[in-house]
Amino acid sequence: MTKIEAYIRTHLLEAVHHALDELHVHGMTVIDVRGMGSSKGVHHLYRGSEYTLTLTPRLKLEIVVNDDQVEEVVEAIRKASYTGEVGDGKILTVSLGQVVRIRTGEKGEGAL
Amino acid sequence: MNPNVVPTRRRPASILIVPFCALAAIGPSLASAQGTAPAAPPAISAADSVWLAVSTALVLLMTPALALFYGGMVRRKNVLSTMMHSFALMGTVSIIWLLLTYSLAFGKSSGFIGSLEFALGNGISMKASYPHTAMTVPAGLFMLFQMMFAIITPALISGAIAERMKFGGYLLFTSLWAILVYAPVACWVWNPDGWLYKKGVLDFAGGTVVHLASGVSALAACIVLGKRKALEQHEPVLPNNITTTLLGAGLLWFGWIGFNAGSALAMNDIAVSAFLSTHVAAAAGMLGWMLCEKLRYGRATALGGASGLVAGLVGITPAAGFVTPLSGILIGLIAGVLCCLAIGLKHKLKFDDALDVVGVHGVGGAAGAVLTAILADATVNSAVDASLKSNGGRGGLIMWQIIGVLTVAAFAFVATLILMKITQAIVGVRTTNDEETQGLDLTLHGEAGYNL
Repeated sequence: MTKIEAYIRTHLLEAVHHALDELHVHGMTVIDVRGMGSSKGVHHLYRGSEYTLTLTPRLKLEIVVNDDQVEEVVEAIRKASYTGEVGDGKILTVSLGQVVRIRTGEKGEGAL
Repeated sequence: MNPNVVPTRRRPASILIVPFCALAAIGPSLASAQGTAPAAPPAISAADSVWLAVSTALVLLMTPALALFYGGMVRRKNVLSTMMHSFALMGTVSIIWLLLTYSLAFGKSSGFIGSLEFALGNGISMKASYPHTAMTVPAGLFMLFQMMFAIITPALISGAIAERMKFGGYLLFTSLWAILVYAPVACWVWNPDGWLYKKGVLDFAGGTVVHLASGVSALAACIVLGKRKALEQHEPVLPNNITTTLLGAGLLWFGWIGFNAGSALAMNDIAVSAFLSTHVAAAAGMLGWMLCEKLRYGRATALGGASGLVAGLVGITPAAGFVTPLSGILIGLIAGVLCCLAIGLKHKLKFDDALDVVGVHGVGGAAGAVLTAILADATVNSAVDASLKSNGGRGGLIMWQIIGVLTVAAFAFVATLILMKITQAIVGVRTTNDEETQGLDLTLHGEAGYNL
């Protein structure tokens, strides 16, 4: 079992959601985050005072899948969240020790 | 002198048309007595009184509107403390005005400060008009209308000291200011005995008394208070909610109709003229500021539009009721562009006027006062003719108007420095570093504006 963490542009959530649906991946957690990477940040202008906010808003997606699905899910997220501009984000994978479904107590792949 | 035949100029006098009509109706017996005995006060007009009562409520609404306007511009941790700076004065100044400062502003005067004849509300008739000028509305209503101006004026200053002033210190300072700065300046300019009033200084609805006085005091107050820590550390200071600010600006525009057109103190041609010039000045101010921003920064912003309409309204305040509608557009446009440029002063001169009270109300108020002298038109208001004659022409009027601006600015600045220092010595003015960092909403008031 692998947890996929994807940091994506906020407006591309629907596109990623749709791509995951097509792969029949139905579990996902979405978190509002702010972060910085190689993009230059966002310019704000208030009464002539210009600010560059280096911590820019992004969404963090957490998706847990079986190991044999990791490759295609990562590729699907990458395609759906791609614009080609600096700041498109990152996708990380983390191997998991255990997964437990709270309602039934099932463990492992059956809990997904 | 008989107030009904003296050619007078400003606010209490801009209603003279109605008393003249009343006199004409009474007939020749009274007219022949003029100059030998005081004439009977003009009859109370129901129409004028209704308009002034509506205007009074409109001006009251401007203080919560200001709370929204300012509240949206500060960081989210200070939204409540900033809004309370406006709201709290509806409490304190209302009481102070009834008990003391109405009398200091409008009581019988030697020219500098009013007597105590109306103190504690004594002698303010709910039936008869204000005794020292001809008016067609009850004195109690006139006092209430003026009360709303007295509330919003110190509240305007609060924009400069936002995000770092102790609440107790703020209440003490603004109470002292209402008594020792607002009341004298209102007396000089609006009391029929006031020394600037007698010199023919024109201030229809408060360009000098309200905007210049608060704008200059804002500068003195923020100098005493010092800069916010975030500015010293070059942290971004982001507005929590510009939509709130836009709503506040819209409500200010709405309330300003009562502020300016109500200052005719009657429902007559001067009120309509003031209504029109006020409205188009707000429109032109908004467009002027946005154009200025577009040329300087490449973008027209929502905050700029909101600021520009307020700047236009500030500029037209002394002029409304004295100028033509086209002059209203010109004044609004000049005020919008000028204030857009003036808010840069604080960066050059290194004072922390958090929400640009100096740039908008100080500069806009001074510019409006001078433009009033230049553009005042006798065909709009016969009082202008009287003012021009008593000053020996346009040049004299402009000179006295500038003297009025400089005197009020100097007095407000020095008095505010002293009052802030006194407040500092008694209860303190500046919050602690911890309070400022955590935000004043939680540390001073025990609440949060947003628990979402």
